[in-house]
Amino acid sequence: MSLRALPVGERALLVELADGAEAGAFHAELLRRRAAGTLPAVREIVPAACTVLLDGLDTPRRFAQELARWEIPPLARRDERVVEIPVRYDGPDLAEVAAVWKVAEEEVAAMHTAVEFRVAFCGFAPGFGYLTGLPERYAVPRRATPRTSVPAGSLGLAGPYTGVYPRSSPGGWRLIGRTERELWNPEREPAALLSPGTRVRFVAETGAE
Amino acid sequence: MSDRAVVVVRAGALTTVQDRGRPGHAHLGVPCSGALDLPAAALANRLVGNDPGAAVLETTLTGCALRPRRAVTVAVGGAHGPVRVDGRPAAWGAPVRVPAGALLDVGRAVSGVRGYVALAGGIAVAPVLGSRSTDLLSGLGPPPVTDGTVLPLGPPSGVPARTDGALPWPAPPGELVLRVRFGPRADWFTGEALRTFVSGGYRVAAAGNRIGLRTEGPALARARGEELPSEGMVLGAVQVPPDGRPVVFLADHPTTGGYPVIAVVDARDLPAAAQAPPGTPLRFVPLG
Repeated sequence: MSLRALPVGERALLVELADGAEAGAFHAELLRRRAAGTLPAVREIVPAACTVLLDGLDTPRRFAQELARWEIPPLARRDERVVEIPVRYDGPDLAEVAAVWKVAEEEVAAMHTAVEFRVAFCGFAPGFGYLTGLPERYAVPRRATPRTSVPAGSLGLAGPYTGVYPRSSPGGWRLIGRTERELWNPEREPAALLSPGTRVRFVAETGAE
Repeated sequence: MSDRAVVVVRAGALTTVQDRGRPGHAHLGVPCSGALDLPAAALANRLVGNDPGAAVLETTLTGCALRPRRAVTVAVGGAHGPVRVDGRPAAWGAPVRVPAGALLDVGRAVSGVRGYVALAGGIAVAPVLGSRSTDLLSGLGPPPVTDGTVLPLGPPSGVPARTDGALPWPAPPGELVLRVRFGPRADWFTGEALRTFVSGGYRVAAAGNRIGLRTEGPALARARGEELPSEGMVLGAVQVPPDGRPVVFLADHPTTGGYPVIAVVDARDLPAAAQAPPGTPLRFVPLG
């Protein structure tokens, strides 16, 4: 695994990795070390597509040198629980997605529920997770014109990612379904149903209420 | 509701509840938020005997007017402007006793942008993830106040600070100088763009908000045209969107973003950035 630590201002490092899988493994290693008490104090650990940001470090330079010596095991999937999200696959963009995938509309649900996803990172809105797991050949482009309002609970695809809108907002993802599960509730502990590293499976709900 | 509360009579252009924000949740997509001029908010709190992190009102350019239901000590700081109690001039930057039912009017800023109104006991709206701050980007915390909003106050806890008029309220800048460190994506820009960035010629744009300070001036050309995968963003990051005009990320900034960050503003200069009105000349100065 090759990582590159870029200084971000006086107190942060952006650690760049080869791809999302390596970023996930590095993020998991950071969390392991933090739980073990061997990570220097840091305010935020923010994973993203191919990077992990560490913000609020006292001595980022020294930490960057230390990082170069780390042994980072590949991402293990053993003991974490899997969050299951029930979905009705009846989204308005089902036909477009089926066309990109070159399958019949009815097959989209079966293909999507067959995948075990992983939350690569969050952003865009509190509790919005960017889920990876779909093979690259199933990447779908965003809508040319974003919708002005996407209902909360909408399940969408964009590029290589799958995501669920935690609340109603504008958005350009291709919507294939909808869930009743609450993705985000700041009154709840934890507030976010999905956080970086969470394993996720979608389960198709039948048409009956 | 108890009478330990204030009624917002005039909300002004944008008035929000702010404390020191909710750090530690960026990985869930939650911005830090908090007062844009933290030292000013802390000083106003000190003047009324509050903890420096108590929730205050942050006003924008046009102030606000409040009517407390019972007598309360307040202090107005940050942007400089007239303060009146029932029409009579009152002190700015010092504790003021406002009787029950009297009208505290914080007028339009004469200099600076963000005013801070601290009330003894602090604003006691329910915290969300440990903070009472309004987060305009993600809608956490109380919504911006409107005419008629009633805000609960906590019990006064401390003794108002004694003042001798020599408090360190910095004057708003005639020219905004933001010290920056290059990186992490400075190499995505041409050498000429890097020189342009630090050679002056920018102004604070009118379109700024709590998410970012927008700029007017020369567009910065990219050396690399491809898309940058989304990555984590820090407070003070100078992001360059496709139009080439740098945006300085402030308290409500998104926690990840997909445009390259050319540099990061030194944290010490962010309070001044919060107080620079549109049109202020702006210079980015590299730190060694």
